[in-house]
Amino acid sequence: MSKAALKEFSLRMGDNCLILGQRVSAWCGHGPALEEDIALANVSLDLIGQTRMWLGYAAELSGKKATADTLAFLRDSGEFRNALLVEQPNGDIGQTLMRQFLFDAWHQAMLERLVQSSEPRVAEIAQKALKEVAYHLERAADLVVRLGDGTAESRRRMQDALDLLWPYTGELFEADKVELSLAKAGVAPNLDEVRDAWNRTVDRVLADATLSPPETVWMQTGGKSGRHTEHLGYLLAEMQVLQRAHPGAAW
Amino acid sequence: MAALASRPSLDDVWSWLADVPDPEIPVVSVVDLGIVRDAGWDGDELVVTVTPTYSGCPATAVIALDIETALRERGIEKLRLETKLAPAWTTAAITKRGRDKLKAYGIAPPDEGASCAGALISGAPAGCPRCGSDDVERVSQFGSTPCKASYRCRTCLEPFDYFKSI
Repeated sequence: MSKAALKEFSLRMGDNCLILGQRVSAWCGHGPALEEDIALANVSLDLIGQTRMWLGYAAELSGKKATADTLAFLRDSGEFRNALLVEQPNGDIGQTLMRQFLFDAWHQAMLERLVQSSEPRVAEIAQKALKEVAYHLERAADLVVRLGDGTAESRRRMQDALDLLWPYTGELFEADKVELSLAKAGVAPNLDEVRDAWNRTVDRVLADATLSPPETVWMQTGGKSGRHTEHLGYLLAEMQVLQRAHPGAAW
Repeated sequence: MAALASRPSLDDVWSWLADVPDPEIPVVSVVDLGIVRDAGWDGDELVVTVTPTYSGCPATAVIALDIETALRERGIEKLRLETKLAPAWTTAAITKRGRDKLKAYGIAPPDEGASCAGALISGAPAGCPRCGSDDVERVSQFGSTPCKASYRCRTCLEPFDYFKSI
């Protein structure tokens, strides 16, 4: 296991949190009910906090003058390592919740294993994040069931969201050289185990929600190596505009 | 304030820290919340170790600034704040005094015990902080700050915050 692999892994974890946190933050003030608005803002805040831990670590490992902020605000889309799932647009609240649920189920399965990491810093960050993510998954799963097993209209929207987002889930469990070397060193989990845990959660919740994933589907891939959907560029343009227009601007 | 001639005792330092209020819930101090992990001297430099409650809590930066300001006002010139993630903060670190103050302020305090792996989400308010009734219902696991959930009392009908156990 090399330091470069560890940095790459921290970038992937951090970029997932950053991009989803940015996406979800756009709901602030627009939630369908006051409690949901607050929940969305809180989930987003947790994810941005976790971003700071992962990208802060990646910045230290890079050995350059990088910081969590420079990594967030000064990289272009080809340098981002997040999964394609989290950059998908918010759509309606059903689409936002389905994206959150599919991600949270992965996130929790991942963090539950990362707390056992042989790399102490990784274990520390995972331990901190896991407590927060447990609440995220509980909420997302609860709402997927209530809306899926809800009215004809809400069920249709949740099924549409599932059909739309399902092709972006395969990538979460694809291990490349980085993950294989980290798994061998006991730093990161075997992604097949993460997939089994994810399947158990997703199967149970979707059954309760009366929803079914599409049967045959082409799984999209590319996020981990920086090949993103067109949506990421627009997100970054908005998120990074201030630092791009006024480099180094600070409070 | 003038610089101190000698190093103040750690008891004094802890008593000063116990006067630093949490910026979001000013009735409790950063010591009551268990945010200050350690205070000690490294030569002539005072080192205060803090731990974040929630990783994205916007109060974290304010807390660090408040601690620094309070200690500088007491004449501490050489000061270093360190952040420690592990072991992750838990609501079990909130003192008895902190729990009593939360309740008096109208926030139901968290369970006494720490939640642990395998039971990540645990606990519920012991009762309504206003009327004491145990007939309460959860409105949302998310509330006015990252550390709180929203509840409602079915007896006195008042909404209230619950400091959730993590």
